[in-house]
Amino acid sequence: MDIKQIQNQLNNLNGWQAKYREIMLLGKKLPSLPEALKTQDAQVQGCESSVWLHLDLDENQERLVIIADSDTRIVKGLLAIILACYNNRLPQEAKQIDAYALFEEMGLIQHLSPSRGNGVKAIVERIQTQVNAFQ
Amino acid sequence: MIEQLRKDFPLLHTHVDEQPICYFDSAATTQKPQSVINAVNKFYQQDNANVHRGAHTLSAAATSHYESIRGKLARFLNVTPEEIVWTKGATDSLNLIAYGLSEKLTQDDVILVSPLEHHANIVPWQQAALKTGAKLEVLPVNEQGILELENAKRLIHKVKPKILSICHASNALGNIHDVAALIEVAKQHDTITVIDGAQSLLHLRPDLSAMGCDFFVFSAHKTLGPTGLGGLFGRYELLNNMPVYQTGGEMIERVSFGGTTFRDAPGKFEPGTPNISGVIGFGAALDYLNAIDANALADYEQNLYQYLVSALQKIDGIKIWGDTIHNIGIVSFTYKDEHHFDIATFLNTYGVAVRSGHHCTQPLMAHLSLQGTVRVSLAFYNSYQDVDTLIDALKNTIDMLEE
Repeated sequence: MDIKQIQNQLNNLNGWQAKYREIMLLGKKLPSLPEALKTQDAQVQGCESSVWLHLDLDENQERLVIIADSDTRIVKGLLAIILACYNNRLPQEAKQIDAYALFEEMGLIQHLSPSRGNGVKAIVERIQTQVNAFQ
Repeated sequence: MIEQLRKDFPLLHTHVDEQPICYFDSAATTQKPQSVINAVNKFYQQDNANVHRGAHTLSAAATSHYESIRGKLARFLNVTPEEIVWTKGATDSLNLIAYGLSEKLTQDDVILVSPLEHHANIVPWQQAALKTGAKLEVLPVNEQGILELENAKRLIHKVKPKILSICHASNALGNIHDVAALIEVAKQHDTITVIDGAQSLLHLRPDLSAMGCDFFVFSAHKTLGPTGLGGLFGRYELLNNMPVYQTGGEMIERVSFGGTTFRDAPGKFEPGTPNISGVIGFGAALDYLNAIDANALADYEQNLYQYLVSALQKIDGIKIWGDTIHNIGIVSFTYKDEHHFDIATFLNTYGVAVRSGHHCTQPLMAHLSLQGTVRVSLAFYNSYQDVDTLIDALKNTIDMLEE
C-alpha cells in the first residue's frame, strides 16, 4: 500500500480505537525480521520500545530498501507507515520526504505519548542520516 | 461515601478524547481534592510571604502556618515535629539519607535492599557503596515477585547489615511488606532501618513509633498533596548526627569567612526557601485524610482491589504478578506475550489511564524475566464503575490484539 492510500484510510476512520486498529493491522502485514537481524547495530536509539532497522540500496544500487521491526504492535504499525514513505525511493527523493511532518499532519504525533513521538522522530532521523551517507 | 468523596476531585470529572477519564495511575501520582487546590490558591492570593524571616505580619503568619503542618504530619505519623525534614520528594529524601549515612560505612559493611525497590531506593545506596567500598546485597524474592520473609530474616541475621532499606509497599506490584518484622530482626544487629513509604503513606497510614524504623521517606504528591514536596522522618539522634547534605541560607546558625555552624535538625537539612505552598497544600491533604475514617477507606480499597483481581483472573491469558493478598491496591499484569505498551495505548483510547513499562524497577523486572507490565493502581476515589470500564476496555483490547 502506498503512503497516500494509508493516509486516506486513516483519515477516513473515526476515533482512535479504529485508527490504532488500522495501524496495528498495517504492522501485521510488515514481515518480521529474523532474530539474526535484530542486532545492536540495527537498533534505533531513542525509542521507548525496541526498534530494529536496516537500510540499503537495491541490487541496481538505485532505490532504497528498508526493513524494520519492533517488539510492539503499534510501533510496528508506525514503522509500516514510515517504510511506505521511504521504501523504493531514490535517495534524492527520500531526502525531500519528512515522514515526521506527515505524522503530524495526520494528527498522530499529538496523540502518541511524547516518548512514542520521539521514537518516530528517531526512526525518521536514522533513515535520513543513512540516506545522506549514500552521497 | 465514595460517591461523595469523588465529588471532591475535580479531575475525575474530566474527559480524555471525549471519554470520561478512568484514572488508574495513582501510584504515579494521586489526584488532588479541591481543598488542596484551594489551599495552594489561597496561599498565593492572600498569604504569600517567605517563612522564618521578616517581622511583618504576613511572614509571621506564613511561618506559623508552615510550621504547624510539620506538627500535623508528625501527629499523622506518630513522631515528633523535630524528626520531620521537608525535601523535594521521596527520591530526594533517600539521597539525603544515603549521603548522610555514607560516613558510617566501611568496606566491611553491607547495605541490604530488596529486589522490589524503586530505582530511587537502589541507586543512592549503590553510589554510597561505590564511595565507601561497602557491599550492596539483596533480599530473597520468589518467582512471583514476593519477598520470602523467613529467608529475608535469615539473611539479615547472617550478613548483619549496617543499613536495611526496603519499601513498605512495592510501587510495581503493590505488595505490602511486613516491615515491622524485618525491623525487629534488624535491631538485633544494630542495623539502621530505612523505610520507603512513598506508596504506603496514603493506603496504610503507618504509625512510625509502632513500626520502629529509623528513617521513613515519602512524597506528598502520592498522598493527595502537591508535587515537588516530600519529606522524611529520622529518629532524632541519628538524624541530627548526620552531616549536612546541601548548604546555603536558612540552615545555618552563624556564618563567617572563618567558618559556619549549622542549625540542629530538621533546620540543618532544609537550606534555602522551602516549598511553602507545597507544604500548605499538603497540610490540606492531611486534613482531608484526617476527616475520613481510615478503616472505612482501607476496607473500600481492599474490596475494590479484590473485585478487580477476580475480574482480571477470569480473563484467559492474564497473569497477575506479585502478592494479591497483602496489597495496597496495585495490579501489575501481563497478557500472554503482548507488549504492555500496546495494551496501555489501546486502553487509553477508552479513557482508561494506566501505567506501562518497568515502573522504575528494572532489577525486579529482570528477576521476573519481564520487559514490563501493565500497572493498574487504585485509590479510594476509584469506583466500581471505573473497574467495569477498565475490564470492558481490556476485553475489547484483547479482541483487537487477537484479531
